[in-house]
Amino acid sequence: MVWDWLPQYIPLLLHGLYITILLLVGSVVGGFALAVPLGLAQVTGPWPLRYLARGYCTFIRGTPLLIQLWLIYYGVGSLFPLIGAEFPSFKENFMWLIRLDAFYYALLAFTLNFAGYEGEVMRGAFLGVPKGELEAARAFGMSPLKVLTRVWFPRAVRQVLPTLAGETIAQLLATPLAFTIPVMDLMGVTSKIRQDTFLIYEPLLFLALIYVVLTFLITRAFNYFEALVPSRR
Amino acid sequence: MVFAALINFNLLAFGPTGYGDEMFWGLTRTVQISVMAYALGLGLGLCGAMGKLTGGKWLVNLLGVYTTLVRAIPDLVLILLLYYAGTDGINRMLISIGLQPIEINGLVAAIFVLGFVYGAYSTEVLRAAIQAVPVGQIEAAKAYGMSPFLRFRRIILPAMLSYAIPGMANLWLNVTKASVLISVVGFTELALATKQAAGVSKLYLMFYVVTALIFLSITLISNQIFGWLERRVRRGQPKLA
Repeated sequence: MVWDWLPQYIPLLLHGLYITILLLVGSVVGGFALAVPLGLAQVTGPWPLRYLARGYCTFIRGTPLLIQLWLIYYGVGSLFPLIGAEFPSFKENFMWLIRLDAFYYALLAFTLNFAGYEGEVMRGAFLGVPKGELEAARAFGMSPLKVLTRVWFPRAVRQVLPTLAGETIAQLLATPLAFTIPVMDLMGVTSKIRQDTFLIYEPLLFLALIYVVLTFLITRAFNYFEALVPSRR
Repeated sequence: MVFAALINFNLLAFGPTGYGDEMFWGLTRTVQISVMAYALGLGLGLCGAMGKLTGGKWLVNLLGVYTTLVRAIPDLVLILLLYYAGTDGINRMLISIGLQPIEINGLVAAIFVLGFVYGAYSTEVLRAAIQAVPVGQIEAAKAYGMSPFLRFRRIILPAMLSYAIPGMANLWLNVTKASVLISVVGFTELALATKQAAGVSKLYLMFYVVTALIFLSITLISNQIFGWLERRVRRGQPKLA
């Protein structure tokens, strides 16, 4: 075991950690924000929206994240230069889109992926709120929007909270895929170290250790927040 | 026109002009890896679950470390570690006992690595399912004087299946989706075949959409099969709420 490479790569690893955490937090927050309308559309939406939302969740849950990531980065990403070649004005105004960093594609792919999984969870949570509570809210004369914001949504979120820890950890363990479309997250930095130093195992073992620690910290953090939320059960 | 540069179904044809045959080969590899790794994972999981439930203290602790570590480290990192460590370790062992190093078949290595990883997940699924079997049934089997093996075959296995099938279905879908990670070590299955076809033809969008649809159909077909299986193992039991 050779570990003398470690000190000189600490700054790079810290930056990789920052990118990984940014990908994780961004995709969990953004994905959850998208999951609420996705769940709601499946439960009460008009039929075109309902089928669209259900189809979206089925597609996301039925295909590998790696393929989704490549579809968005290589597939959708290849459209912009094509359009730019066809329409010069697009090239002038949207150069940033053509030159968009791989990080944003990864963030988009992970967000859409998390939304698909969590949308299905939210669908169950919205359905799981007792009918009597919604009827009581309506009987009080609340408008449909008020029923949603005051009763339906808060009750549904409460049900989802305990599962969110597991979903967040699953998302953390999926983030290293980003290195396949060059993003310098922890995995990307590790593979650079492996290329620089010709070491096979040590950088990977160190990376595994970092992920074990991150998983442990996330579990602890969620336990702490769950204890703060009062619950009758 | 832009769209002419996006779609060309001729490239999906079989034979030298299209990538259909390459992708079909990739698909058979993906299915092969998934089925074998799933079977291996279930076998490991069954041993792990029995070990966790009936083993001594050291065995329970060892299995605890296995399931905890595997489920706290990203699949991709584990696959890279085990792929290199496994192939390298076997060759070092062969050299140390005086044999020639061998070229380890990528397919076999992929199956073992994925099977090992998903063994940890199926240990937890199967352990929970076995624990859900009412103790009275197992005690009754013991009282009848059944040997442990007969007890497992006649009582525990049929009774636990109805609890295990939903988790096992999930695992199968996860294995098929995780099999694409093998492409990272350079083994050509569906994902890597698609990447190569897309890279050469520059029709990225079309090829990735096609592959996504292939995976989607695997998922949908599997859902049907597991739904049928669940109804079959639950026959005679009260309906779920």
